[in-house]
Order: sequence, then C-alpha cells, then structure tokens
Amino acid sequence: MQRQRDPRIYQIATLAALVAYGASRLDLEIQLAAATVTIATALATQFLCTKLFSLPRFDPRSALISSLSLCLLLRTGSMSLVVGTTAIAIASKFFLRIDGRHVFNPTNFGLVAVMASVGGIWVSPGQWGTGAFFAFLLAGIGGLVIHRASRSDVTYAFIGFYAALVVGRTLWLGDPLAIPLYHLQNGAFLLFAFFMISDPKTTPDSRAGRILFALMVALGAGFVHFVLFESNGFLWSLVFFAPITPLINRLLPGERYQWCHRSAMPLSQRSYA
Amino acid sequence: MKRSMTLLGISLVLATCWSSPTVRAFCGFYVAKADAKLFNQASQVVLVRHDDKTVITMANDFQGDPTEFAVVIPVPTFIERRQVHVTNKALIDHLDTFTAPRLVEYFDQDPCMRHILMERAMPSAAQAPGVAGRRSRAKALGVSIEASYTVGEYDIVILSAEQSDGLTTWLTDNGYRIPPGASRVLASYIRQNVRFFVAKVNLEEQSRLGFSYLRPIQVAFESPKFMLPIRLGTLNANGPQDLLVYALTQNGRVETTNYRTVKLPSGMDLPVFVKQEFGDFYKAMFTEQVRKENMRSVFLEYAWDMSWCDPCAADPLSTTELRELGVFWLDGGRARAVKRGAQNTFVTRLHVRYDGEHFPEDLVFQETADRTNFQGRYVLRHAYEGEVRCEYGRTYQQELATRHEREAQSLAAITGWDIQDIRRKMDFGENAPAPGSWWERLWKKN
Repeated sequence: MQRQRDPRIYQIATLAALVAYGASRLDLEIQLAAATVTIATALATQFLCTKLFSLPRFDPRSALISSLSLCLLLRTGSMSLVVGTTAIAIASKFFLRIDGRHVFNPTNFGLVAVMASVGGIWVSPGQWGTGAFFAFLLAGIGGLVIHRASRSDVTYAFIGFYAALVVGRTLWLGDPLAIPLYHLQNGAFLLFAFFMISDPKTTPDSRAGRILFALMVALGAGFVHFVLFESNGFLWSLVFFAPITPLINRLLPGERYQWCHRSAMPLSQRSYA
Repeated sequence: MKRSMTLLGISLVLATCWSSPTVRAFCGFYVAKADAKLFNQASQVVLVRHDDKTVITMANDFQGDPTEFAVVIPVPTFIERRQVHVTNKALIDHLDTFTAPRLVEYFDQDPCMRHILMERAMPSAAQAPGVAGRRSRAKALGVSIEASYTVGEYDIVILSAEQSDGLTTWLTDNGYRIPPGASRVLASYIRQNVRFFVAKVNLEEQSRLGFSYLRPIQVAFESPKFMLPIRLGTLNANGPQDLLVYALTQNGRVETTNYRTVKLPSGMDLPVFVKQEFGDFYKAMFTEQVRKENMRSVFLEYAWDMSWCDPCAADPLSTTELRELGVFWLDGGRARAVKRGAQNTFVTRLHVRYDGEHFPEDLVFQETADRTNFQGRYVLRHAYEGEVRCEYGRTYQQELATRHEREAQSLAAITGWDIQDIRRKMDFGENAPAPGSWWERLWKKN
C-alpha cells in the first residue's frame, strides 16, 4: 500500500489561504491580534491536554485546523471570549468522548457552546457573499482537501440533500430558482460542507452511515432556518446530531478513520488527533 | 442552546407595499420628486427589536394626492388595533440626522503657534433624506378580513388569504393597482402563512386631524422572524431603490445574514470643497461603493450606543423619543426624568440599494454582540493661510501640496470622480498639488 500523506497539511494550508483571502478581500475583520491569540490558545490547550492525558507526542495539526476555522467564523469584541471559545473547542476533543473518540467537531462545539451559554460571540454567515469566484475557489480547494481525506461522500451527500431541500421549498412556494441558487452559492454554506461536516473523526464510519448523517444534518439545518428562523442553522444542526454518530456506527458499522497510514502514527495518539 | 436560540431568535417581518396608482419604492409610499431628495425612491424604516418583539416604523414621504396612497405589507402575525400606532415624522428625521454621515472640519493654526483644534460636525444633507359587504365578497375569493379599523388618518385592514389569485382580485376590486408578477410573490407569502396589512388614507380623518402630510405608521408584534420583506416592492419599481434601515437594539450592531454587510469608507481627509457639495459627494460615494460590491451588499453607515456621539450630527434622541419609536425596554417612568442619554440602546443604520435581480430574497437580519462604534465621518482640514515666520512653517507649506494631492486621491478613490476635475476644483494657487504624472498630463481632458 502506498504511503498516504497527511491530508491535514493541505487543510491547514487551504484554511490559512482562506483566512488571508477573507481578511484582505472580504473585509472579514479578522484581526491579527485575535488570530494570533486564537492560534496560541489552541496550541496551548492542545499541549496542556496532551500532558494531562499523558499522550506520547504533542501534535499541533488538528489544533491548527480548529483555530484557523475559528479565525474564519468566530466574531467577538472580547479577547477573553476568543480564548474561552478556542479553549473549549480544543478541550472538547479530550473531554467529550464516546467509544474512545471525540463526539463533536471542535470548532463547531466551541462556537455553539459559547453562543448558547454566555453569548457575546457571533457568526456572520452573510459576510462571505456569493461571489462566483470565491465559491469556485472554496469548492475547488475544498474538494481537493476532501478527496485527500477520502470522506468526500458526506460532503457531497450533504450538499445534495440541502440543495434538494431548498430547491424543493422554492418550488413549493412558487419562488424563482434564483433564491435557492443564491443560498447554495453562499460561502458560509460551502465552508461548512467542505471543512466542517467533512471532519472524518466525527462522522460515521460507514458510507451508509455518513449519508444518513448528512441527511439528518441537512434536515436539521433547514428546520433551524425555515421553521425556527434562526441564523447559523448548520452549526446548530451539526452539534445536535453529532452525539448520534456512535449510535449510527453501531447500527451501520464501518472501518474507523485514521488520518495517516497505519504505520505513521502510534495508536495511542490517533484518536486524539 | 436555549438561550442562544432566544438571542439569535431575533426576528420580524414586515413590509412591502404599494400605492394604488403604481408600486414604487420599498413600501410603495415613497415617491420622491426629481431632485427633491438626495436618494430618489428611498424608504426609511425603523426596526426596534429585542427577543421576539418587534416594533417597525415606516416613514412615509408620499407627496401626492392622499387618495392615491395605499400600502400592502406582509406581516407575520395577526395585528390587532392596539398594535398599530401613528407617530410623528420628526422622530425619524431626528434619528436620520443623528446617524447621517458627517463632515468634520479642522482649521490648521499658524504652524508656528500652538496647535488648536476646532471641530464642527455638520449634519448631512443626506437624508434627504361598508365592511359587511366586503367581508362576504372577500370570503368568496378565499380572502379573510381578519380585522378592520381606523388609526389616525389610516383605514387599515388585516387580510389572510388561501390563494394569491383571490387576494389579487380582492385588492384590485378594492382599488389597489397590482403590478404584474405580484400574484406569484403573494402566493409565496401566503404559503408562508403571513397576513397582509393593508392601509389607505381616510380623508375625513386626515382632514379632521389637520395633518398636511401622511404620518409614519408603526406596528408592534411578536415573531421569531427578524426580516424585512422587499420582494413586492421590486416588482414595479423603476430601477434600483434605496432603503435606509435604522435598527434599535439592546445588545449591539445589526447585520444581514443573507447578504454581505459592508462598512462605508470612512475617516479619510478630503478636499475642503466637499463641504459645498456634501450631498453630491455622499451620493457619488455611495453609488461607487455599490458598484464595487456589484450591488450585492448592504452598507453600514452608523453603529453607536444611543447615549452619546462624537462628533454629534444632532443631539442624541431622548428617552421619550426612543420610547415613541418603540424602544419598549426603556423605563417609562424614567422617560420623563431623563431627557438625554438613553442607556441600553444601540443604533445601527444600514443603507441598501437593491433590485429584484441582485436581491432575490427578503432581507434577513441578526443582532450581534458587536458594540464597536462606527460612523461615516469625513475630515476637512483647512490649511493655514497666514504668513509663516519659522522654519517649521516653511516645511508645513511645502508639505501642503502633498497633503492636498493625497486628499484628492482619496476623494477620487471613494467616489470614482475624475482626479483632474477634483484637482481643478481644489484650485490652490501657489500651493497647487503636483499635476500628476506625465501620462496623465499627456491625455488630460480639456
């Protein structure tokens, strides 16, 4: 078997490029200080938890991915909330575990936990706009990342189900198709589909399980958007359905995902990455 | 999760209307005469929002025959008589002036003397900134008249409908001229279970009350929807329309969640002649920014705590005024005691130029926790024109040309105005800025 390169390196590079693009071209107001604090907090939390759980080696890759995602999504006027949200995100990987692996996508959990408890932070889903170029960039680079993570089915299934949902709703309402196309071009939607729901560590192991999971998250997001009239339905929906993943794995078992080739990482460390 | 759902569960719906002769702007009732307003076809809406409670005030600048005036507004819930109020237009004018982009002037002192600042804020020229019979007929059309009442100078009917065709027929029968394509949009709203708030002028009441203009209508309701329906208003509009939304909230800035919200350029030094042309400048700058964003963004013009301002384009609104606008969380008892400095209210001014092509769906908002102050503020620095008698003074004079050129470049960049025209208007005599590069002079427009 040919040795596979760690897809997280590509993911880190892609997210870093998106942070740079967002800050320079889209006025996302990603402040250098906040970005630095986010990354530093993520690495520090990862390091402390590595020590606390007596893991053999500090691995910054997963923490970097989470912190770059937070740079893209987390907005707040308080530096202490930047620290708090990031620390909760990373720590959730170590403390919220079922069947020996973490339950939530760290970025997703950190954002929702703080929004739901103390507030003071927000996510701006509209700020990505619908620029065709940007959508293309995200889809293209994201597709590359996903392909390398070899779990692209959950992303494509989610996009398919959500597209069917918004197009179906539009047809039922008799609205022009420009409206669902507009929704599907949104950068926040693509960011979620390619970089968050695709997290191979928190999605079901089997293909059938992942497709079922994608369906549930798409329906949940639609419920939040069109019934509760709340923003950020994707984030709420993913956090709501993530704890069901272990159950899906029991009903529809499959092979557990490893970031690297089996020989590349000690077993004790794999499940924390 | 529950709390955040509440926090994010901001919402509202409303509006989109038309006048009986033709549908014009957002709510149909804004018909600006040519050159009479800074932004033709602009509507003004004040949105007060906390939890699921919303108070919407729609400014009405209709100048024509009152019999020609009518609005049809999709509303998310049944609206009873006591939820409707008519208020004074001066309140919105005050809020408009308070939040308008502003000029700040500084006068350079003798560079050889101690530097003294003088600051003056200018308000922008900106903003310009027979029931029983009807019921049976309505029933036959699948239209239900849920309520009918008169508030101030307005006769108001709350309708629900089963079919858009029936609703269209009912509206046409009752003298409302419905634009082509309305039926499809109405059908979409009907499927979303909205009601329709229909208002027209009661001439007797208007005559009795003695108002020569139509006062803003206010509606208070509870709904998780925090949005502003703009789709009906785009159907029969002549080109893009402008909408100014003044959001009053407790926690912080309001932004759109389905369109980008972008800050207008602000804070730069501009040539002093802009003072005489501030209206033109603001219009040109807004148009240029809309162009740069491909007409797909909402612009933030002001975000500030209502209790203070710096510099102030107008006095902050008093607690009494804010309560009248619908800020229900301010204590009524204190309203009489506290004239100024209303606490706990954050104002966001959003300006959007839209049409059906670029804004296919209604505006959806969320309130953020962002309390960062932002204002459209432009600085004019008057050069010291007296005689200078020191070395530093001569350096100051030499640097003036560079400064003026920088101001000209800034103005050209944000308005799209021709740099040569700007330089000509600046007209500095001896301190004239460098005339640009040789190729600019080569093809200089005559």
